[in-house]
Amino acid sequence: MSGPLQDWKSQKKPFAAVASAPVFWLTLFFIAPMTIVWLYSFGQNAGQADIDISGTLDNYKRAIEWLYLSIFLKSFAVAALTTLICLIIGFPVAMAITFAAPKWRPWLLLGIMLPFWTNLLIRTYALMALMGTNGYMNKGLGGLWEGASWLRTLVGMQPLEAWTPVQLLYNNFAVVLGLVYVHLPFMVLPLYSALDRLDKSLIEASLDLGAGHFKTFIQVVVPLAAPGIVAGVMITLIPALGAYLTPDLMGGTDSQMIANVIERQFKRANDWPFGAALSFLLIYAMFILIALQSMRSSKVKEAG
Amino acid sequence: MTETKQPIIQIRNVSKRFGKVTAVDNVSLDIRAGEFFVLLGPSGCGKTTLLRMIAGFELPTEGQIVIDGQDMSLVPPNKRPVNMVFQSYAVFPHMNVTDNVGYGLRISGVSKGEIRDRVSEALELVKLGGFEDRMPDQMSGGQRQRVALARSLVMRPKVLLLDEPLSALDAKLRAQMQFELADLQNKIGITFVTVTHDQDEALSMASRVAVINKGEVAQLAPPSDLYEYPANRFVADFVGSVNIFEGTLTLDEPDKAAVDCPGLGKVYLNHGVTGPHGANVWIALRPEKIYLHVPGEGKAVRAAAQDAPDGHNLARGTIKGMSYLGDVTLYDIQLEGGQIIRVSRPNLSRHDQEDFTWDDKVSMHWRADSPVVLLS
Repeated sequence: MSGPLQDWKSQKKPFAAVASAPVFWLTLFFIAPMTIVWLYSFGQNAGQADIDISGTLDNYKRAIEWLYLSIFLKSFAVAALTTLICLIIGFPVAMAITFAAPKWRPWLLLGIMLPFWTNLLIRTYALMALMGTNGYMNKGLGGLWEGASWLRTLVGMQPLEAWTPVQLLYNNFAVVLGLVYVHLPFMVLPLYSALDRLDKSLIEASLDLGAGHFKTFIQVVVPLAAPGIVAGVMITLIPALGAYLTPDLMGGTDSQMIANVIERQFKRANDWPFGAALSFLLIYAMFILIALQSMRSSKVKEAG
Repeated sequence: MTETKQPIIQIRNVSKRFGKVTAVDNVSLDIRAGEFFVLLGPSGCGKTTLLRMIAGFELPTEGQIVIDGQDMSLVPPNKRPVNMVFQSYAVFPHMNVTDNVGYGLRISGVSKGEIRDRVSEALELVKLGGFEDRMPDQMSGGQRQRVALARSLVMRPKVLLLDEPLSALDAKLRAQMQFELADLQNKIGITFVTVTHDQDEALSMASRVAVINKGEVAQLAPPSDLYEYPANRFVADFVGSVNIFEGTLTLDEPDKAAVDCPGLGKVYLNHGVTGPHGANVWIALRPEKIYLHVPGEGKAVRAAAQDAPDGHNLARGTIKGMSYLGDVTLYDIQLEGGQIIRVSRPNLSRHDQEDFTWDDKVSMHWRADSPVVLLS
C-alpha cells in the first residue's frame, strides 16, 4: 500500500501540488487577516483611519479592567449555562434517536439537522415572533390563564384578573433560550455518534448483572459516551462564547455579551486596536479551552 | 455433582412474535437443575430469542417462564437469578478485569473484602489469575470471554446463559473451550443453557440438546440420541451429515421392517417401526455407517450383509467425488439410479485413501441396524 500520496516525505512534489492550494487559501484569507488584527491589538489610533502599531500593551490593560472583564465572565457564564442546558436536553434526545427503530432514525436526525438549512437570522426572528408580547407563547399562556379563570368560576370562586403578557424577550432569559435553540443540534450530533457506537449488549450486560437503569446510565452509558460529551461541550461552548447575533437581537441592555462589545469597538467607537485586543483575549481563552481538552484526551489515551 | 430431576427452568407454551414474524412458536420445555442444556438450530430459528426471554431482555408474547419455581413474567433482567455471557462478551471497555468481574457484586452492595475474595476466586476458576489490572483492549478474544464468564459466575447465578459462546474464537481455541466449559460446568454444578448453531459444539458439551427449527422444538434429546435416533428429516440433516432417501414401507413387524427406496434399493431393518403399511417414509443413513467394497469381492459383501435377506442393504455406484480429510476420506458416489450418496471411510492405515479413486465402480453395504426410518 504505497500510493503516490501515502508518504509525503518521499513524494514531495505531488504532495506540494495538492497541498499548495489549501495552504495558499488559509494564508491569504485566514492567517494574514488574523495576523493584522493581532498586530492592531498592540497599536493605537493615529488619526481617523490610521493605526500606529507601537507595541503598546495598553489595549490589553484596558481589556482586563473590571468593566470588560465582567462582560467576559458573564459571557462565560451564559455560554456555560447554555452548554449545560444543551447537554441536559441533548442527552435524552440523542439516546432516544439511538434507541429508535432503525426506520425512524434518519427522519429524527433530519429533524435535528433541518434548522441548519435555514438562515440563523430568519430562525432568530421566527423565535422572536413566538416570544413577543403578542406572540404564540404569550397567547398560549394567556389561553391557559383564561381557562384556569373559567374553571374557578365553575366552582364558584372569583375569576382571575385579566392576563397581562409576560416579557419574554430582551432579557438574559431570552439570550440563553435563543442560544440553546441555536446550539442544540451541535450538542445532539456528537452525543448521538458516541451513543450509536456504544455496544448495546454492554447495557444489557449491566442490567443482567443486577444494575438498574439509572446505575447503568451512570456506570456504563455516561463513561462510554464521554468522548461525545466532551466533543459536544466544546462544539457548543466555543461558538456560544462568541455569540453575537442572538444577544444582539434577543438580549436587553444588560444582556450584551463580549462579541457585542467587540463589534461596538470596531464600528461605533472606531477603536480598532482595543477591539482587536478584546477579540484576541477571547481567542486566547478558547485556545486554553482546546488545549485543556486535548491534554485531557491524550492523558486518557495514555491511561487506556 | 448430584443431579436433581427437578426442573430449574420451565418454559410453558411460550411464543414470541415481532410484528408479523413469529420467532418462537408455542415452545414448552423443562431444563433440569445442574444440566448442560443446549439450544441448537440454524440462524434465525428463534433460539437466541428464547435465551433472551429467559434472561428477561425480551418478554414472551404468550406463555410463561418459571425459574426456580418463580414466575418471571413481571421480573426485570436485573432481578432474575440468571446471568448471561453475551456473544460479543460485552466486557466493559472502561474498566479493568477486576472492576469488570466485581461489577455485579459492587452494584449489589457486597463488602469490599468479600468482593476481592470472590473476584480472585472467579478469576482462578477461568484461569485468569495475574490479569487483574489488564484493560479489555489489551486482551485477546479468548481472554475477554473468560472475563465475561468470570463476571457472570462471580454472581453465583442459578442458571448461566451463554449466547453463542464460542462463535468468535478460532478453531483450536474453540475445541479447547468446549472441553473447558463442560469441565467448568461439571465442577461448579450450575445449570448452563447455551445457544449455538454449531452441532459439534452441541454434541460435545451438552447433556441434552433441544434442536429448534422455525421457532419450534424439532427434537429434545441427549446428543447421542439426536445423532443416532433423529426424530425427523430436519434433525437428521442438521445434526451431522446424512443421506436421505424417500421410500415406501413394505414390511413392518415387531422385529423387522423393510423399506423400498427407488433411489437406493431395498433397505432392511432388524427392528420394527411404527408406521402404517405402505406409508411414505424416509431412510436416513449416515456416511460413516456405509462400507465400501471393490465389486467382485462378492462373497465378502454378502458375508458382511448377512444380517439382511438377499438383495437388501446393498448398492452399487461410481465414485464422482472425493475429499481427503486426513482422518477420513469422503466419497460422493453416484448410484445406478442417478442419485448421489455420501460415504465416509476411516483411513485406518496410511494407504487406505489409495484404495479408491474417481470413476471407480464400487459396491456398498450397511448393517441392518444402521438406517433410520423417518416419518416426517
